[in-house]
Amino acid sequence: MINKVGRDIPDYLLKDGKEVYQGKNYMDGKYIQKASPKTRRYETPQESKVAESIVKALKDCGAKSGMTFSFHHHLRDGDFVVNMVMKAAIEELGLDNLTIAATSLGSAHDPIAEYIEQGKVVGIQTSGIRGKMGEVVSAGKLKTPAIIRSHGGRPRAIEGGEVHIDIAFIAAPTSDCVGNCRGIGGKSNCGSMGYAMTDAKYADHVVVITDCLVDFPNMPASVEAIDVDAVVVVDSIGNPKKIASAAARISQNPRDLMMAEDVARVIASTPYFKEGFSFQTGVGGPSLAANLFLEKYMDERNIKMGWAIGGICGPMVELLKKGKVGKVIDVQDFDLDAVNSINQTPNHFEMSASQYANPANKGAFVNKLDFVVLAALEIDTGFNVNVLTGSDGVLRGAPGGHPDTAAGSKCCIIVTPLIRGRMATVCEHVVTVTTPGDCVDVLVTDYGIAVNPLRKDLIECLDNAGIKHVTIEELKNKAYSLVGRPDDLEWEDKVVAVLEARDGTILDVVKKIKPYKI
Amino acid sequence: MEIKKPAMAGTLESSDAQVTVEPGNGKIELSLESSVMNQYGRQIKDTVLETLDRLGVTSARVTMVDKGALDCTIKARVECAVFRSCDASESNIPWGGAIK
Repeated sequence: MINKVGRDIPDYLLKDGKEVYQGKNYMDGKYIQKASPKTRRYETPQESKVAESIVKALKDCGAKSGMTFSFHHHLRDGDFVVNMVMKAAIEELGLDNLTIAATSLGSAHDPIAEYIEQGKVVGIQTSGIRGKMGEVVSAGKLKTPAIIRSHGGRPRAIEGGEVHIDIAFIAAPTSDCVGNCRGIGGKSNCGSMGYAMTDAKYADHVVVITDCLVDFPNMPASVEAIDVDAVVVVDSIGNPKKIASAAARISQNPRDLMMAEDVARVIASTPYFKEGFSFQTGVGGPSLAANLFLEKYMDERNIKMGWAIGGICGPMVELLKKGKVGKVIDVQDFDLDAVNSINQTPNHFEMSASQYANPANKGAFVNKLDFVVLAALEIDTGFNVNVLTGSDGVLRGAPGGHPDTAAGSKCCIIVTPLIRGRMATVCEHVVTVTTPGDCVDVLVTDYGIAVNPLRKDLIECLDNAGIKHVTIEELKNKAYSLVGRPDDLEWEDKVVAVLEARDGTILDVVKKIKPYKI
Repeated sequence: MEIKKPAMAGTLESSDAQVTVEPGNGKIELSLESSVMNQYGRQIKDTVLETLDRLGVTSARVTMVDKGALDCTIKARVECAVFRSCDASESNIPWGGAIK
């Protein structure tokens, strides 16, 4: 069945009430029956929940073949925990038929590709999928199609019982002996633990893996002991150098800066740019640099930002410390400045993924966003964005919070160079739709700005401010005149990944790529 | 032009292409690797073959490792490798490209 963004979704995927994407806010007002986990009672007071090994903790939690294990990605490319747990489960306990439900997966998890090829891991549910795992899944080696969800879509699916987590593994920079966890105070700090919170509340069993056991009580806890079955102390949960970069530096690339300046001009031209406005930006070159130029406009008009959300990094913490933003609410930290600031700098708070972006709760932060500035691998003339598949059709990205913030915000700005090497970023049809065009408002490139024709009000704002803009077709034509018109990718019939829209409908599928012959 | 000895042009930097030409056996043998193979492989192949044709090269083993180069870059790299292979790059170089 063809969905609202023109993608053909195979009928066999449309079972158990699954629908195709019908447009923004389609599920509004409907009811969701929340699932509840089956958890064990620990009535006899326990001195400690520390288990001697991951294997012991797995056994205590009744781990068996066919289960779903969950993980969160705050340790980013430095994470050791996913590999360590899967190795214990598969190689030491001999389990198979396992599903990994992670908030995201990266190249740190290359060893899992082997378990997929062996058929031990048969399901993957994640936001990000990259590296070797992206390659083997794209090659059709995973038994069931991978399910890709946004950061808001995942807590929706967990809370609604679409994903049942048997055992959640919490990578904790610090924990006490009963499982109160924090993202700071240890040797592998990650700051916010927002993505782990829903997992801990909805999993049948919860195992904390830490490399820094601290005195009870470890407060304020991001994941609380009341939800934790066991604590395992290991030598190291991750490589700190890859968990948080030293400091997210603002780009010096003149092209990035030019685009960032245009982003700030667009923002300043809208009626939402007023005292107390709210903002989220990605950490890509031009998106992050937009902070810098935005500050100039804020000073000029003597206004302050009310609050900012998202993955947080140094430049935003800097604005908070300068008093230019009222509050920062944080689901993940990207650099040490942000890690060291959360719950330390006044008004820098932690939030869960559900609170951040879940479309099925009663009001996530993204719904109150004025502006979001995001990057894209590709954007097509329908303003649909792809941040998941490369130009060769292989999985190597993550929708992350992209679709959630785009849908929730009043003004979603995509900033990207028109071409990257020979790849046309602005194109006729994106490989995979990860954020539907009805959620995207403005495109800023190094060759010009385009406004979604659905947003007549924003077109007027730009015109009034004297900001030149063109149609997105003109940008696409410019791109193709430089790099040539790309051949369409050729696919086999086999679906290797299903991309859920944030509301749970099916937005797109990724198929197995056909070998290319010249 | 006749390929007299192996020669190379270009780099493996992003947006460039590295071309190696070697004497052939009476035909053009092309081996192509590209970071944008699925979308541009056929166009790259056509560009390389056309460029060789216009330079009058009929016998060569050509290896190209493309890192997303634009057509103008591909033409320039192929042309340069061919010139170098027959000592035409010593003097009277047609700056701006023999192949337009």
